Formats: sequence, C-alpha cells, structure tokens
Amino acid sequence: MKTTLILSPCGILGYGFPLKSLESALREQPDAIVVDAGSTDAGPHKLGAGTAIVSRLAAKKDLSALMDGARRLGIPLIVGSAGGSGARKHTLWTLDIVKEICQETGWKPKLGVIWADIPKEDIWAACQRGDVEKMSPNVPDITQETLEETNGVVAQMGAEPILEALRQKPDILICGRAYDPAPFAAVGILAGHDPALCYHLGKILECGTLCAEPGTAKDVMLGRLDDTGFEVWAADPRRKCTPVSVAAHTFYEKDHPYLLKGPGILLDLEKCRFEQVSEGRVRVEGSRISYPPYCIKLEGARKAAYRTFVLAGIRDPLLIGQMDSVEAAVVRSVREYYADIPKDSYQIRFSHYGLDGVMGPLEPDRTLPHEIGLMFEVIADTQEKADAICATTRSAYLHYGYPGRKSTAGNLAFPFAPSDISFGPVYVFSVYHLMRVDSPTRYFPLEWLEV
Amino acid sequence: MKLFELAHVLRSKNSGPFAVTLDILFDDPKAYERVVGSGRITPASVAALYGVPLEAITDFALYPPGLGIKITLLRGVSSGTVGDRDVYGAQQHAPLMELEIP
Repeated sequence: MKTTLILSPCGILGYGFPLKSLESALREQPDAIVVDAGSTDAGPHKLGAGTAIVSRLAAKKDLSALMDGARRLGIPLIVGSAGGSGARKHTLWTLDIVKEICQETGWKPKLGVIWADIPKEDIWAACQRGDVEKMSPNVPDITQETLEETNGVVAQMGAEPILEALRQKPDILICGRAYDPAPFAAVGILAGHDPALCYHLGKILECGTLCAEPGTAKDVMLGRLDDTGFEVWAADPRRKCTPVSVAAHTFYEKDHPYLLKGPGILLDLEKCRFEQVSEGRVRVEGSRISYPPYCIKLEGARKAAYRTFVLAGIRDPLLIGQMDSVEAAVVRSVREYYADIPKDSYQIRFSHYGLDGVMGPLEPDRTLPHEIGLMFEVIADTQEKADAICATTRSAYLHYGYPGRKSTAGNLAFPFAPSDISFGPVYVFSVYHLMRVDSPTRYFPLEWLEV
Repeated sequence: MKLFELAHVLRSKNSGPFAVTLDILFDDPKAYERVVGSGRITPASVAALYGVPLEAITDFALYPPGLGIKITLLRGVSSGTVGDRDVYGAQQHAPLMELEIP
C-alpha cells in the first residue's frame, strides 16, 4: 500500500514550534514539509500596505529550522501564502529570507516560486463578461475606480499550479496566495492519493496541532495518506487527537462545518468516519469531493481613509449617565468650528469600552458601568485633517460643560501624553470576489530562481 | 442550564473578512443532543439575539460527528476597516453564553 507522510510544523510560518517536536517528526521520515503562512484574519492592512503578519526575525527562525530539516532528509519544503497575504511584495519578502539563509548555510537548493497576482485588466474584463461574483451580498461592488485604487489583487491558487511545480522536483517551493489546504493536497495528489482525502487532510494540517487536545497553532502535526483514508497525530504525544477533536476541527473559521469550498472543488465531509486507532491518533475515511466550475477567490484592499484616535477613561457617574448627549454636542461644536471643511470628508466616532465597545449596536446588555474606557477617532481623507479635527474633538470633550457638571476641571483621564495618536491609513477589503477561470494554472506562473 | 455550562467550546471568529461564524461544540453527546433537542438554537433565535435580520444568517448547520452547531452571520462592517470593532471577530459569541437551555 502506497502511503505519504506530510509534516506541518505550525499554523502560520513565523508562529514558531518546539524544535524537539520537529526533530521527533523528522525521525518518522516525512515525504514533505508543508507550512501555511497566510491569513486574512488581521484585516485588510497587511494586503493593502504590503506588510507581513509575523516579524522577519520569527519568519527567518522558522524557515532556518525547516530548511535544515528538508535538506537533511532530501524532501521538499513548500510554503503557502508567502508573507501572509501572498502578493508579490510578501512573496519577495519571503524569498529574500530564504536566499539569506542559503547564503549563510552554503546551500544551493532548487528554488521555485509561484506568483498569485492577478492583472486588474483581466479582472475588469471578467467583470464585463459576468464571470465575477461577490463572495456574499455585503461585499462592495467592483467599479473601475475602486479597482484602480486597489493595491494589487491576489487570488487563492488551488492544488493544480503547485502540482505542476512539484513534478519538477523543487527543494523549496514558495507559493504566493494559496487556498490554505492546497499545498498539502498537492503533495498527496502527486503521490496518487484520492483528492478528497488530500484536501481534507490539508484542511486539518494547515492549522498545526489545533485539532488536538490541548490544541495550538504553534506545534508540529503529522498526517499519513493511504489508499482508503488518512491518519493524523501530533508530534508531541501530550497533544492528543480524538475522533471528536478531529471532526470538530472543520468548524474552525469556515462558513460551514462539513461543506468546504475551494478553488474548483467542493469538499463534503458529512459522511466521514473518524476512528481512534491508538492513543492520540485518529483515522479518517469517507471524505468526498465534487468539482464545480473552476473559480478563484480574488482578494484586494485599498486605502479608505486616515485615522487619528484618543484613548481616555471616564469615571464621573454624572457624565457616564449622559455621554450620548454630551458627544452629540461635542460633534456639533466641532462641525460648527470646521464649517469650511466639507461635512462628508470626515467622521467622528466614539467607542465605549465597559458599555458596548466590543459589540456596538449588537450588544444586548445596556447596563451602565462605574467606569468607561473611551476611544474616539476621527476618520478623514487626509492625515492632517484627521489630526486637526481629532485635536479639536479632544479639547471640546475635555472641557464640555454638560448639565449638572460638578467636575469643572476636565472630563477625561488620558493614560498617555500625548493623547492623540496619528494612526496612518485605514484600508478596506475592496475585492473579495469569485472569478470564473478557464484554467486553474493560467494566473499562477511558476518561476525557477538562482540561489 | 446556561449554554456555556453545557458547551465545551463556545466561540466566534471571522469566516473571511465579511462574515463571523459562531461555533458551539460539545465533548459529551448527551449535552449536544440536549441543546439540539431543546429547539432554543435556531436561525431565528440567533437573529433575534443579535438583532439582525434572518437574511444575515447565511449558514446554520449541525454536525453530529463533531458534536457541534455552527451559525454564520454576515458582518455589518467588514474586518479591519472604518467602523469595525472586532478585527478577528473573536469576541462576538458572548450573547450566546447566557442562553437558558431546558
């Protein structure tokens, strides 16, 4: 029986993992090391501004250990969604670290890269053809203007472009934005395993040991595919997989627990069987797959505005009882003072931690607390304007004479001096759409690099 | 009993930048059956609890092998932009915790 063993060191490259776990996993002779580096969890700023989720230091630390392991065993190392968002800038950042490690260790690996940047003119042409649809009704429409303002668009690659690269036997393969399970699935599909099992295993492995108990994204996980199923276990035997922990893992940050959509695939896990084969080790069978028309998920972010904000505490119960009317009056006074600035070019927003700071209008409990953590922000079309209007809002709030006030020296307790924080640009996901494509590989070119 | 006393995991998280998904997971099949059988957790009850229209609930699913219930809601504001209050969507589960399960 043909089997394929895949090692996943952690949930995000740069999150770190115990070296002891890595060494124990390498002793099991895996066929590949695959690590996901991507996420949209941290918001649109990473993609829009071209910055990474993890520090360069942490990414280098993880890559050094993984490259060393791959080199010793002579197995490929595959990184998905390089640099977090997987756009050209993030991928170059990752390649730069890989090359630096190669220089330091004297290794000359066969190094491949798969880019995932999608030309805007192709997206617009696909929009015109009706081949682009929103991921959900609350996603903004793509217009020529918003597309123009978007700082590059990436798409999640499926297993196909990675499979093509793996056929040419790279030592290291760096992928731009990828569907998280795709790099894992490609390893299994290349070896001839059932794609349904390969994608399902990829979905489990891409989060490190999150499917074990106790779970974490910062430890090493192993998965072995065979003819009829796969088995998963954590490298550290203290982390134990159970049928329920593995089955429940597909709930994590997905719309649906057993129907998982990916590029060109729909994975159906409803009829899966999860079986405890030994302590901490679970066998999975019965994953099913179907192949809807091939669509890739586009992701793009644009600069929406600039922000300046203030953090302050309020302890006076007379003010806490009438914050809404005080804030309405403060806003009115600021608007009057800046009558020459167009009203719709800025917003003043208040958040009240201790009351409804986390949930805002969705908060069902409106009990007034004895203390409020106040955050207010000014959102404007330039940083200068945001700074100026925020300063005026702060001084108006600090000194506002509300009805019945006893504390005539000031309304706000600032934890910091200076009180106003010039935040910089705020981004927004301007593209989050599915684009129908005629080829799974066309937009994901493979390139071989000299080290 | 309150839902948080019966559940093993009760959490919220982004499912992409435009949705938040709520997971209620159990480690005891009896607790799972009790909650599912109570009829207290439905798309309508969750919509009412969060003060959102029923159309904002895009998925509601039970998965017996994972002893779990999943509810996915559309976000009013997408993750990490102007007006968002919870970039990871990680603290939107609290209203579910207090639900009384007979």
